Amino acid sequence: MHKESDIRQPLIFGDKSYKQITDDVVKPVFGKANKYWWIVFSLSAIIAVWGVGCIAYTIGTGIGVWGLNSTVGWAWDITNFVWWVGIGHAGTLISAVLLLFRQKWRMAINRSAEAMTIFAVMMAGLFPLMHMGRIWNAHWIMMPFGIFKNQFGTLWVNFNSPLLWDVFAISTYFSVSLVFWYIGLIPDFATIRDRAVKPLQKKIYSILSWGWTGNIKAWVRFEEISLVLAGLATPLVFSVHSIVSMDFATSVIPGWHTTIFPPYFVAGAVFSGFAMVQTLMLTARKVLNLEDYITVKHHEYMNIVIVITGSMVGVAYLSELFIAWYSGVEYETYAFLNRARGPYWWAYLFMMSCNVISPLIFFIKKARRSLIISFIISIVVNIGMWFERFVIIMSTARDYLPSNWDMFHPTFVDIGIFIGTIGIFFTLFLLYARTFPVLALNELKTILKSSGNNYKNGTVINPLIASKPAYANSDDLTKIEGIGPVISGLLNEMGIYTFKQLSLIDPINIKLKLDSQGSRFRTHEPKTWPNQAKMANEQRWDELKKWQDELNGGKAN
Amino acid sequence: MGDSHTTTVMNLEDKFVFGGKLKTFTFILMAIGVISLVALVFGAMSDNHGENDAHQSKTELSANHESSDPRVAHTESHGSHVAHEVSESTHHDGSTRLWTNLLINSFFFFGIAIAALFFMSIQYAAEAGWSTVLKRIMEAISSYIIPGAIPLAIVFIAASLHWNHIYHWMDPDVMDPTSEHYDRLIAGKKPFLNQYVFWGFSIFFVGLYIFFQRMFRTRSLQEDKEAGTKLHMSNFASAAGFLVIFGYSSVVLSWLWIMSIDTHWFSTLFGWYIFSGIWISCLTAMILIVLYLKRNGHMPYVNSSHIQDLGKWMFAISILWSYLWFSQFMLIWYANIPEEVTYYIPRLFGEYKSLFIGMFLVNFIFPTLLLMDSANKRSPFWLTFVGIFIFLGHWMDAYLLITPAVAKSGFEFGFQEIGLMLGFLGVFMFFVFRSLSKANLVVKNNPYLDESINFHL
Repeated sequence: MHKESDIRQPLIFGDKSYKQITDDVVKPVFGKANKYWWIVFSLSAIIAVWGVGCIAYTIGTGIGVWGLNSTVGWAWDITNFVWWVGIGHAGTLISAVLLLFRQKWRMAINRSAEAMTIFAVMMAGLFPLMHMGRIWNAHWIMMPFGIFKNQFGTLWVNFNSPLLWDVFAISTYFSVSLVFWYIGLIPDFATIRDRAVKPLQKKIYSILSWGWTGNIKAWVRFEEISLVLAGLATPLVFSVHSIVSMDFATSVIPGWHTTIFPPYFVAGAVFSGFAMVQTLMLTARKVLNLEDYITVKHHEYMNIVIVITGSMVGVAYLSELFIAWYSGVEYETYAFLNRARGPYWWAYLFMMSCNVISPLIFFIKKARRSLIISFIISIVVNIGMWFERFVIIMSTARDYLPSNWDMFHPTFVDIGIFIGTIGIFFTLFLLYARTFPVLALNELKTILKSSGNNYKNGTVINPLIASKPAYANSDDLTKIEGIGPVISGLLNEMGIYTFKQLSLIDPINIKLKLDSQGSRFRTHEPKTWPNQAKMANEQRWDELKKWQDELNGGKAN
Repeated sequence: MGDSHTTTVMNLEDKFVFGGKLKTFTFILMAIGVISLVALVFGAMSDNHGENDAHQSKTELSANHESSDPRVAHTESHGSHVAHEVSESTHHDGSTRLWTNLLINSFFFFGIAIAALFFMSIQYAAEAGWSTVLKRIMEAISSYIIPGAIPLAIVFIAASLHWNHIYHWMDPDVMDPTSEHYDRLIAGKKPFLNQYVFWGFSIFFVGLYIFFQRMFRTRSLQEDKEAGTKLHMSNFASAAGFLVIFGYSSVVLSWLWIMSIDTHWFSTLFGWYIFSGIWISCLTAMILIVLYLKRNGHMPYVNSSHIQDLGKWMFAISILWSYLWFSQFMLIWYANIPEEVTYYIPRLFGEYKSLFIGMFLVNFIFPTLLLMDSANKRSPFWLTFVGIFIFLGHWMDAYLLITPAVAKSGFEFGFQEIGLMLGFLGVFMFFVFRSLSKANLVVKNNPYLDESINFHL
């Protein structure tokens, strides 16, 4: 039996029943989209089409259409790549790590966070593919395992290169995230299947739900596989961004080669990922009317994760800065001075103020519970984290040889592809929001009785705590006229321990319970009990006493 | 009301009495420690008169060390650096041996105490319910901060007075341009590596640790007497503040106390590496204490689910530590830059090789393989087995952080090292168990107590 402390806040509002949860979650799938959805969708789709155009132009012409030059050989492509992979981090963190930590609030956001992961990693993958130049040869990176093994000589592929490690790390991460997401979706797809009326819809969701029957054995396996996948996915959260960081850190470039990179990139990725989840969830709760499930408390928790990871990133920035000076290596020191005072000082300022300073506002409780501030900060962090990667990458603009120094100027194709991926991402996400159950509805049902507001405040009796809790703060119910020790025990069986609970209950429920106990309780009439309990709860003892004197064995005369 | 249930179902007034065999045992450990300390002091004194000879052999050894090591390349900008690596590599003489051992143990056990404070703050700040029944153990371990700061202070005072040469940069000669021992690189670090910064940060941060420890403890004891959530919420707020302070201070102190021993060397990851090491040592200490108490019939409300969760923490943080160890090592190995690889040359290619590799394997493979299975995470036998190994393993990590930095070669490892560690362990146990005996074993009115007692996985 799980018990929950009274000081924990409810996670589901609005007097939900199991049926109500299903109704709320599947509504977007069966209903028609509203005006806002169409506006945002059209906008995203137009941008996406423009992005696809720019990608096609790049592939057709060559990456010379980007603004790269011989000094800055990596620019927006890798910036965007790392940015998107980072965003893709929070999804698996929420699914896996928060599952292992038994955080119930994850259930309202894990589905969409995982969807975000899938789409973000897809966007990330585009950039290295494009940077290959000849994308039609992309399968060569898989050569060591294919039939072409060694066909291209021993140099191919280069196992010493972290860029190749990336291929494996990210594809593993993508596969596990996809499986995790899909397994979680099966019971919810089945719920939609059972409600679908249109034949085609029913057919599609039947196929997707793999004949899920919802029997107890299936659920046991479901929970087991979720834990196993969570265990597998957690190291992946670390591995993916550690390896991304090694793209830089294994080099000997000042500002890139520093040992803190792996954990610092992981923290930064979780930071930016949560910021994106925050942006999406704040939008989703409004557009899809999910305010009862994605509550202020959920946003507060996410803000806490943002401020923690933001502080970790802050410690890492300052460590780097300090060690650059402490090392006494002039190139290292110069790289950092150049970041702060060189031609890209403004990017550095963006990075520092957006990532380190702005989240500090969440130390104020009011701020982290304010949805508007949360939304603003989430956008600010997304921008800041893009600039963080840009700042790191632009270290190469001023290398060892001053005659090499150059600036990077993005072309319209660079900009088009970056904005385009944002368009594609939102297009995919909006399509997902209309066709998938956006909340893990079957998992949400498991916390309704412990975290639902109606169960918490006693409007609905909670069978989960119907057995006697050892330490609950129960009141002496026999103080209510008409209740003796035996009836008090019966009320406890119903989960009623306090005056407050008793004051909220419809007496008909008590009557039913009493009637079920045989004839000797038939004469009891609980009609006045809730009102008596209300007075007792409010400590109005004199008033209660007076009223009880008027009552006859608890019954109104 | 609630209280009447409380006493009938489980005894929440359960107290631990510190005495009998356990107390005698801690005294025996302390006696071993004193004997080892005396042996080390005699060793130091007998080495003293031959200092000049030792200095000669020092230079010879170092010269060999340099020539036999092609990995340390001369670079233009670091020419002076390598030259001074020579004067720095000291032979492990009696005096150095005494003081490095004192530093290793002072740091290791003090680290456990501050990690307990950190872990407790996480429990408050994360609104964790399950761990409430274990809170008094965290408090007890963190109470060692005050007695644990004393030996640390003694080592630092001795270093400042030049009784020992653990901190190479404390030697005024290396900062003096006119001296033949002048080291341009170390002198460049003077704004950070000087007595004022060293003592200023140390006193300030340790003072803050003591302040927070006292505050959490006082409120927690008060919580035994008064109901409500006010005290708990105050601790929640303080914990959030402490975590920020700890995040910065642990990194800065790790640079000052440990990283600066390898004066030329630097690594940005170092702070987090030290932090993960003290964290896992603390978790191991916690598990061993819980298992001991349960074995003696205390803490009936700590069930196998709590034990399994602690086991999970031990498993997870061991892997975190290994991950950080590997990240630091791999990047330095891969880039192979002279000023960075100096750290690994004595440790991984020199005399410390087997200890260094062995330490990593024990600390990584034991918990990873043996605690993977959930049944083992609940098993007192396996937890104790793995726990003792990685506790010693992380002590060895502390040894290898400090000793090779002071003595690149010619180190000695004998009964004194083990004896002094046992002595410190005795002192540590004495204070922790004494603190544990001073209050109930559980915080009676904590708002999460109910949830924690009824916690089942």
